[in-house]
Formats: sequence, C-alpha cells, structure tokens
Amino acid sequence: MQFTFTEEQEEFRRYLRRFLDDKSTPADVRRLMATDDGYDRDVWRQLCNDLGLPAVGIPETYGGQGFGFVELGIVLEEMGRALLCAPFFASAVLAANAILNAGSEEQKRELLPEIASGETIATLAFAEDNGRWDSGGIEMTATKSGDGYVLDGAKSFVLDGHIAGLIVVVARKAGTSGDTGLSFFTVAADASGLDKRLLKTVDETRKVARLQFSSVPATLLGTDGEGAAPLSRTLDQAAVCLASEMVGGAEQLRESALEYAHMRMQFGRSIASFQAIKHKSAEMLLEVELAKSAAYYAAQAAADGANDLPMVAPLAKACAADAYMQAAVQTVQIHGGVGFTWDNDTHLWFKRAKSSEVFLGTPAYHRERLMQHWPA
Amino acid sequence: MSEVTEDSIRQESRAWLEANWDPNLSLVEWRNRLIDSGWGVPTWPVDWYGKALSDPLGRVVAVELERIGAVGVAKTGIRSLAAATILVHGTDMHKEKFLRRILTGEDTWCQLFSEPGCGSDLAGATTRADFKGNKWIINGQKVWTTSAHHAQYGLLLARTDWDVPKHQGLSFFIIDIEQPGVEVQPLRQMNSHASFNQVFLTDAEIAPEYLLNELGNGWAVATTTLMHERRGADSLRRYAQASDRPERVYVEEAAEIGVQLEPYKWYPQRGGRVDLVVERAKATGAFDDPAMRQEIAKLLTLSKAAEWTDRRARALQDKGGPQGPEGSLGKLAASNVARMAAQVHTAIAGSDAMLTGEDGALDGVIAEVLVSVPAISIAGGTDEIQKNIISERVLKMPKEARTDTKGPFRDVPRNTVG
Repeated sequence: MQFTFTEEQEEFRRYLRRFLDDKSTPADVRRLMATDDGYDRDVWRQLCNDLGLPAVGIPETYGGQGFGFVELGIVLEEMGRALLCAPFFASAVLAANAILNAGSEEQKRELLPEIASGETIATLAFAEDNGRWDSGGIEMTATKSGDGYVLDGAKSFVLDGHIAGLIVVVARKAGTSGDTGLSFFTVAADASGLDKRLLKTVDETRKVARLQFSSVPATLLGTDGEGAAPLSRTLDQAAVCLASEMVGGAEQLRESALEYAHMRMQFGRSIASFQAIKHKSAEMLLEVELAKSAAYYAAQAAADGANDLPMVAPLAKACAADAYMQAAVQTVQIHGGVGFTWDNDTHLWFKRAKSSEVFLGTPAYHRERLMQHWPA
Repeated sequence: MSEVTEDSIRQESRAWLEANWDPNLSLVEWRNRLIDSGWGVPTWPVDWYGKALSDPLGRVVAVELERIGAVGVAKTGIRSLAAATILVHGTDMHKEKFLRRILTGEDTWCQLFSEPGCGSDLAGATTRADFKGNKWIINGQKVWTTSAHHAQYGLLLARTDWDVPKHQGLSFFIIDIEQPGVEVQPLRQMNSHASFNQVFLTDAEIAPEYLLNELGNGWAVATTTLMHERRGADSLRRYAQASDRPERVYVEEAAEIGVQLEPYKWYPQRGGRVDLVVERAKATGAFDDPAMRQEIAKLLTLSKAAEWTDRRARALQDKGGPQGPEGSLGKLAASNVARMAAQVHTAIAGSDAMLTGEDGALDGVIAEVLVSVPAISIAGGTDEIQKNIISERVLKMPKEARTDTKGPFRDVPRNTVG
C-alpha cells in the first residue's frame, strides 16, 4: 500500500490546481449554478481536449489514458476544492465505471472512447423516488421487446441527467427483488417515451434530474440478470471518488476559515489569536487530515482492486462526508454573521457538503455497510 | 584507513560479534565487552565507547546484533535520556563516572522535572536549590517520576535564581537519590496502578561539581532531555522484547525488562482497546443492534483513519520530507480514539461496566479501559497543549499573549502547592 504521492502525481495536482484556479473561480461557480446546463462548454472542451481529464481513469484500450483511481482521486479532489461545475462525476466516474464493470468487450470499445474524449456526456440512472442507494430500491422494470428491451418506471437523483447524451440505467426483470434480476442498459437521451425534468436542488452546483420512462427502448449492457455485482462495484468506486471530491472541498473550507480568522479584527486583535478559534482550527485540521487519509487509502484500494474495497469504500465515504459537513458548519461559524450571507462564498461549499453527505447514501447507510463488510 | 561504508560496517561488526558474542556471560560482563569494542553504542563519540557512526550506519550494527541474537546495551527507561543529556552537557568527570554504568544497566536513573504546581508549564518549577556552605541544598516536590523507587540517580531541574525571568533562573543537576533528604513514594492513579512516584526533597544535598552546564542554563539542558524523550518512548517499545532463551545473559535481560515494564501493564488499556470492540459486541449481542452498530462503525472509522494518517506521516518522513501536520496530529487523534472507545465499550458492557476485577467484563480488562483512558489526553502534553502547538506551529496562528516570561519569576503568580 502506497501512503504518499509520487512526484509525477504531485506535479499533476499542481497543474490541475493552476488550471482550476483560473477556470473555476467563485464568480464562475455562481454564474454557472444559475444556469440550467450548469457547466461552461468552453471550459469542458479545454478540460477534455487540453487536459484529457475524462480519459484519466479509462484504460488505453478504450481510448483512455490508463491511469487508476489514485490519479482519478487527485482530479476529483482538485475539482471538489474548486467546486468545478461540470458533468465530470456523472460521465467519467459513474457512467464510465458502470460500462467498464458491466459492459461486454465490444460495448466497452464502442462506448468508452467517446466518454474518454468528452464528446459524449454520459450518466448513470440508478436511484429512484424512494431515494435508496442499494439494489433493493430499484423498481424500474425491463421487458424484452423484439431484439431489445423497454424500460418502465422513474429514476431520480440522476446526476446531470437532463444534459447527458447517453444514459446508463439499472432496471430489473418484473417480479424479481434485491440482487436478482438486475441488468444494465443504455438509453439514448432522445429516446421515445423518456421525459426529463431538472430538479430544484439545495446545491445548485450539482444538477440532478428526474427521468420518467414510459416504454423507453433500451439496449442491454452486459449480461441479462447479472447486474448486481457490477452495480455494487460501481457504487463502491463512486463512493471512493466522492470521498476524494469531498476532502478537496473540506480542505478549501478549512483554509478559507483560517485565512478569514487571520484577517478579522475584533477587540483590538485578530480573532486567530483567540484560543477558542485556535483550538477549533486545530480540530478542523485533524478532521480533514483524517478524512484525507481514509480517502487516499480507499483510492489506492480501488486502484489495486483490493478485496477489502467493500469495507474501505463506505468507511472513506462516511468519514469524508462527516468531515466535510463539519468543516462547513465550523467555517460558517468562524466567519460569524458574514458567513451567513449570500455574498460570502462559504455557502456554496456548505451546500455541496450537504448534497455530498447524502448523495450515494447517508453516512449512517455507509457505516452499516462498513459493519457488514468488517472482517470477522 | 579504508572508507567506511554500510558493507564495511556490516562485515566488521559481524566479524567482531561472531568472535565475541557469548550468551553464557553475565549481562554486565557481556555489556562491558560490547561497550569496550565500540559496537555497543556505535553512534557515540570515539572517546566515549563509540565509533562516531551516522544514525543509518548505527542501524546496520543494530541489525547485526539482532541477526546473531546478541543482547545490546541497556536502553530502557530514563537512563538513555540521562546518557544523551550527559553526552551533550556533562564534563569528562560526569561521563567517566556515569556513562558506562548506564550502558551496562547497573545504574537506573529517573527524571525530576514535573511538579504538582507545574505540569504543562514545566519552566515554572519551584523546587529550590540554594548554595549553602560548599554545596547545593534542595527543597521541593517532584511528581510523575518513573522508576524513582529503584533509581540511583536523578536528573533534577531546580530554581537557583528567583530574581530573573522564569526560564533564566533554572539550573540542571545530577542528584544522588540514595540519600536521607530524598523520599520516594508511589503515586497511586485513578486506575489503582502506581506507575510513577512522587519525590519529596527535604534539604537534600548536591556537591557543586554535579551542576550540569552553567548556572541558570537549566532550561536549555532540559530541552535536550525532552528532545530525546520521544525517541526514548520509541526505543522502550523496540527493545522491550525479552527472549525466553535459557542462557544466562537472556535470563538476566528478561529480568531487567520485566522490572522496567511492570508499571506499564495497563498502558494498552489507556489507548481504548479498539481491537476488542467487535469481539465484545459479538459476545454480548450488541453486534446485532442497529444503534450500536452505528457507534461501533464510527469508532472503527476513526481508528482506521488515525492509523492511516500515522502511516502517511511516516511515509512522508521516510521520503526525507519535512514532518507534515500529520505527525503532530497523531496524539490528538489517539485521544479521540480512546475517548470514543471507552464510550463504545461502556455501551457494549451495559450494566457490567459497573463491575471490575474478576466480576467485570473480560476479567476486568474492560473496566481498566474505562478508568485508564483519561490518561491518554494528558500524558506527554495535554490535548489543549497539542492544539496550541498545532495552531501556532502548523497553522501559524498568533501565540498566546504571555505575562509570565518578562519580569522576575518571584513576581509571577503561581500555585502554592509543594
């Protein structure tokens, strides 16, 4: 297990940070979160063509750069730090890994190169109106129809589902439950019978949509009825990636709180000189560093395809979610009154912390999964 | 002279050990032989039992000792802190008189620093040393003193000048513990163990030549000792593996380690014994309770994250990088883990948390966890001091305004205890 980054990885991080500092300022975030698309097409093009970011985690055979989850983790940590508004998580994390885990060799060769190049924005439609993140929550049915299938039901909390050109969907054979009868499908964004609605979100930097399916034609991805294993693998990998994104955001909040404390004068001195603020800042550093350690360890475990990933992934997700939310609460607190205003940027990260806390499952859900996978 | 390399050191030390190592010698006989060869403390100066090797080369010699199964010089306890301090600040007379018997293990040392009136604020010591006639007369009380009940000598921090600022009025002495003016009493802790002593000094005497360094330079000397204290804690762990082999030297070393470690039998319990949580939860049925599972998972998450943070810090140091914030955070993380573990163990034990000894859970081990955990956030620097260090040194936040370091110490408000 590797516990430090290589010099090449550190250089990659510095390069990304310079790019994102320039392209995803708080002003950019505010501009984009007010739009329905929620991303800047020029920046997305540069991010795909110049930096090749969606290709980072995709094997070279499928048009990617062939790096692993450690490098993908670095990308997400920096994006989380900059609060980048872009369909990266939906396309390069959720959809790409779902296709890698579930798809046939031929389908991977067909679908992944366009996701790697950024030409296609894809997403994974998995959760439904019940808001559950386990396979038991899936009610959408897939019915055989001629050479293909038709899907009926509704998907919700679909990341960038309103703009994705390709939608990977998980559905089940009618009459099955739990892990049985699950299959992956691909659906074109303009398929007949598909109705998309952008949902109103607390965190406007992360767009989610509800998709209504009425006999929507779909193509089977991988093997019929064998969806449970690739799904759980995809969700573990997504949890690891989200943990990386969250620790990036938490670190940014922690630094902004510290910077403000140094600058803010009250009672004739900087509030950073008060022990109440100093100790709070030390505690924030501890929480964030612990969460970073868990996220880095989990990224390495995902990269290695480690057997304990089902235990490590929920651990890292729960740890990062709590640390991010805690950092957000304390950053507002250290800012005092100004931290509660719209003009102060803290609330942008606060809301991302909130959406990340529950996206892919609450910390309590992940702690229960951790217990189920803790070695006997 | 040929160049000194890892290989040359390995070959030279291996050859000497193969020719001289004899487990049937007495512990002291063997250690004297080892000390005379220079392989006992190879990083020490050539004039004082060493070969002036670098630390990495010293580790090569340690590997050779281990390879052949040879016992090393005495390193446990305060004696290695004493040796390090004397090497830097002692006169030739001090080195001649003390160093060899420290290395053979014949003499045990203790550290007389902390007082009832000053814990975190060590420089506020009020034990006094007054020069009367031709000697120093010592009066005061020291506390949290390891091994004082079987020590021959102590490292003493005492105040020699009350009219100068706090840090400038301290001096550092070597004191003979086995004299009428020194009374050693065990200090019983809230967990019933007595791992430390309190030492009452009443007109105890020190000859002038046992002042270390200059008069008034005690704080600088104490800093040397404290710097080595962290390493000492590491070496205590590293060298505390007693062999159960029957030859004389092993039997005598096992006895030495036994005496040294006896007071610390409860130490694993102060860390919270996270390793016992899942097994206890399964044994009591708590493992099937959803609310309990949440609490256990929170503890396991914190404990794993702390472990991985420690691994990160060590990996960074191994790469030669500067010590990052991860290192200074470890102690704070350990406090949080231990506190949460005590809560979880209590919840798992339920009513049994009222019972101890043979009536308690796991023959009293769980009860011992519950009453030992409060030590972890105090010993070696309280959590509050750790947070000050992190905020000031890592986060570069302003230091506390101080009112105790400028004027004469005599005028500084202080505790009246002792």
